[in-house]
Amino acid sequence: MSGLVVKELNVSHGAVEAIRGLSFTVAPGSLTAIIGANGAGKTTLLRALSGLKKAQSGSAFWNELSLLGAKPEGLVRAGVVHVADGKSVIPEFTVEENLDLGGLWRSDKKDVVLAKTEILQLFPALATRLKQHAATLSGGERQMVAIGRALMSRPKLLLLDEPSLGLAPKVIASIFDSLNELRKEFGLTIVLVEQNAVSALRVADNGVVINLGELVTAGPASQILADPALRAAYLGV
Amino acid sequence: MIRLLSTLLIGVSSGAIYSLMALALVLVWRSTRVVNFAQAGQAILSTYIGYEVLTHVNNFWIALLVATIAGACVGALVDVLLIRRLARVSGASANVRPVIATLGLLGLISSGVGLIWGNDLKRIATPVGTHGYTFGHTTIPFSPFNLLIVATAALVMAIFALIFQRTNLGLALRASAFAPETARLAGVRVDRTRTIGWAFAGAAGAVAGLMITPQSALAPNSMDLLLVLGFVAAVIGGLDSLIGAGIGGLILGIGLALILEYVSTSLAFPAAFIVLIIVLLIRPQGLLGKLRGRDV
Amino acid sequence: MYKAIVILRKRPTIFILAGLFFYLLSDHVDELRNFQGATAAVYLVAIASIVLLTGYSGQISLGHGAIMAVGGYAAVLSQKYWHFNLLLTFVAAVLAAAIFGAILGFAAARLSGPYLAGTTLALAVGLPSLADQFHFLGGEQGLAYNVPQPPMSLGADFTQYHWFFWITGSAALLMIWLTQNILGSRYGRQWRAMRSNPTAAALAGIHVGCSKVLAFTLSSGIAGLAGALMVLTLNLVTPSAFPLSLSFTIVTGAVLAGVGNLRGSIIGAVVLVAIPELSDSLATKLGGAERVSANLPGLITAVLLILTVLFFPEGPLRKRVKKTT
Repeated sequence: MSGLVVKELNVSHGAVEAIRGLSFTVAPGSLTAIIGANGAGKTTLLRALSGLKKAQSGSAFWNELSLLGAKPEGLVRAGVVHVADGKSVIPEFTVEENLDLGGLWRSDKKDVVLAKTEILQLFPALATRLKQHAATLSGGERQMVAIGRALMSRPKLLLLDEPSLGLAPKVIASIFDSLNELRKEFGLTIVLVEQNAVSALRVADNGVVINLGELVTAGPASQILADPALRAAYLGV
Repeated sequence: MIRLLSTLLIGVSSGAIYSLMALALVLVWRSTRVVNFAQAGQAILSTYIGYEVLTHVNNFWIALLVATIAGACVGALVDVLLIRRLARVSGASANVRPVIATLGLLGLISSGVGLIWGNDLKRIATPVGTHGYTFGHTTIPFSPFNLLIVATAALVMAIFALIFQRTNLGLALRASAFAPETARLAGVRVDRTRTIGWAFAGAAGAVAGLMITPQSALAPNSMDLLLVLGFVAAVIGGLDSLIGAGIGGLILGIGLALILEYVSTSLAFPAAFIVLIIVLLIRPQGLLGKLRGRDV
Repeated sequence: MYKAIVILRKRPTIFILAGLFFYLLSDHVDELRNFQGATAAVYLVAIASIVLLTGYSGQISLGHGAIMAVGGYAAVLSQKYWHFNLLLTFVAAVLAAAIFGAILGFAAARLSGPYLAGTTLALAVGLPSLADQFHFLGGEQGLAYNVPQPPMSLGADFTQYHWFFWITGSAALLMIWLTQNILGSRYGRQWRAMRSNPTAAALAGIHVGCSKVLAFTLSSGIAGLAGALMVLTLNLVTPSAFPLSLSFTIVTGAVLAGVGNLRGSIIGAVVLVAIPELSDSLATKLGGAERVSANLPGLITAVLLILTVLFFPEGPLRKRVKKTT
């Protein structure tokens, strides 16, 4: 089990280089926060790792599986799930339909039912809203649906794209706590891309700081939080 | 009174066929956001295949079954060979191109069918009587065959509605249409699912083709008109809605029948246009369609 | 406020030269070629109307055959009932079609892609059959269109078809020159902006609705001329001259030409005329069975269309832009 290993990753949007020579490692079972300013390339990174965007060069491996060039559907079956932000919840569908969508590909239908029960225990707010259309949910509830849908696939590696976007601080705290619980209970490896750097680093084991597509530093989250230069430059504190 | 009733019944019967064609168009629209003009071509090909089966095995039901399966296969092939390739291209003409391609495909299939079977009119016999039902002394222009048409259309629509709303496959189909990227990230094989959508559409079109032919004739372009009317029906109902296809077909069928009977026989096509324009002026997205928000 | 005048900036030199070339050529070819030339001129104008509407303003029309019919009928009716001379019948055709297009454009501006396609499709099927209904429109047999004989000054053996070619050719060249000016004007730029990003265009101050209606109106006027020219080559206007397949053929020609490219229209028009010719000779080589000769033109056209769409999305004349992703 080697975790997520990214080496010399280069991703471009047309002529613009979004990610340059990026290398970092995520240990299995850890929660790593990837932080940086807007436009630093964080979302592009996730999209390259989950097969939505083609990388120009470099490598990215999850254990022995190469992530680059694979189709998203295939990666999901290998246990790698990318949770785009709350907007990825389909508003025309009900909460239940959104959740079920995550389990559609699985052949073990009994486990799918079990997973759904566990998710509803983790997010009790959803249990009462199963038949509601997702368009009527609050931002925090939508984020829960997005995470819940991902969990229906029983992932091993979870890539979360700015789950705190547009959410109130209390909601953010509760979601981050749930993430930690998930990690411990299911042995997940979590990569958390966040603009809300301080909250993310507080809950993470390790941090990776990116600026303009390049690596600034990587290391234990507590170290990054403690470094005054980093705090000033990237954490806005 | 009898006249009105008869007219309505005729309208329901022809409307049922428009609904089937509209259903096929809506199925493709919902799964791929493409208007499939080649639907007429697929239907014609399936019907000719059914005709061929009929000349060897004189059984309408077997021919219908074979034609439906053929329709599904042709639909799937069109998606795999043509549409998937077009979906990968992007640019200013990305939405227009598949439409033009389906127009080209329509021409290709029509010519191909003419080359193989010839352009002469062929006939398909009806499996049940075409003499109108008689009540006492009056015979209404609604025959067992008309009843079969309506029943078949209703059955097909019910089956699809069930599939789409109640099954996992239906969920995958809807997700692949509404939010393909999200569906991919959830592990849905979107390309494969779309192909299934096209296969369903091809099957529906085949049923429509085989149902409309016994009362008219079979020729390489005999379904162009059905395509137009099916499209009008789909647009009236709102392209996003399967139920809309049914309602649109009904409205168009009854509307046309009424105009044909009470106003004039040769005003049929202008009438279709007028019905369409009136509906679209009031609701540009069709009766049950959804106004998608603009993607900025 | 809008400046309504489009400054005629494009030089007519190349059109004059082209015109001269074709006129000289027409002296040396037979009747069939002259007729084909006239038909090509009709297609040229019709394709240009689609280039404006779809290539520039991004609206799709599958019913331009019906708009051509409006022009054609207007030309014949104005000759029959008001005794217009040839030139005035053309003007009548353009105006009638443009007015029709303006009305249609108002409805069309509210409709998006497939709904617009469906409406124009219904129009293509519905409109021509109206002629059957009203007696003064001539019914199924249609009405005759009188073309004056070529003037004596051109010589005794200047044939009728030759004359057709001169008239349609001149009209076509003039119309193309005008269209090129329109497309190069600020309106052309507005349409292009609107087509690639309507939201941005609106935010930049372009009145999208008005712009769309203007495009439809102008496009229809041009198509109206094509209709009049077609009626001229046939000496007749009937509903069956404007079937659904005509609308499809024009769109096909525009796509083959490269729908955003006016210069390609010539190629599109020539191809549309050449295909029946080529497939006839091909069919004879293949044995000449009736089913082959009847279906081969359609087959070739369809294959060309599909190949163009798959491999030359912007039309065969555009240079392939190297993708940098």
